[in-house]
Amino acid sequence: MRLAQHMAIASDRVTATAIEATEFPDLSRSYRVSAVPKIVINDRVEFEGALPEPDFLGAVLRAVAPEA
Amino acid sequence: MGLLDERDQTAVRKEFEKLTGPVKLVVFSQSLEAAELSRQNEELIKEVAELAPDAITVEMLNLAIDRERAERYGIERVPATVVEGARDYGIRFLGIPAGYEFANLIDSIIAVSSGTAALTQETQAALAELGGDVDIKVFSTPT
Repeated sequence: MRLAQHMAIASDRVTATAIEATEFPDLSRSYRVSAVPKIVINDRVEFEGALPEPDFLGAVLRAVAPEA
Repeated sequence: MGLLDERDQTAVRKEFEKLTGPVKLVVFSQSLEAAELSRQNEELIKEVAELAPDAITVEMLNLAIDRERAERYGIERVPATVVEGARDYGIRFLGIPAGYEFANLIDSIIAVSSGTAALTQETQAALAELGGDVDIKVFSTPT
């Protein structure tokens, strides 16, 4: 969540929501959370585990890139 | 008996020495749904805010009653907490920010107090050029 929340501060276009997976089993199911942390960006790009900042940014940019 | 023990309180108080501006924690609860979790979340947020009473204010809202506010914040589930500084940066915690997320809650409070993102120049430059809205969800568990 750390990088996500700092990105939210840096840009008005970014929002960051931490979700406690066990308290919201329905959300965890619909986003197929099997390992944590799991990050889902724009319901389009997802990954598990912590990423270094440049890779996290890359995932964010992929999530807003026009469909190929 | 509070949720934070003395060691936690001391550590958080020390972290809060870095606060540079006012912070508002907006807590959404609901008694019909998730009553116990909502109560625990309210308790935790209150205890955190009491560690820096001059800087942090807490507003307790009810998802069923304060619908307009919930809609404006995009809150549909409880317990939920919005971490606001001089403005709403879009940081939300769904569920009780305990365990692993607790450190992030404290970090977010300090970061919004100054509105300064701890990111590299490269990252900030790329974010300034974003071509669309970005919604980041981070799922985690307390342990």
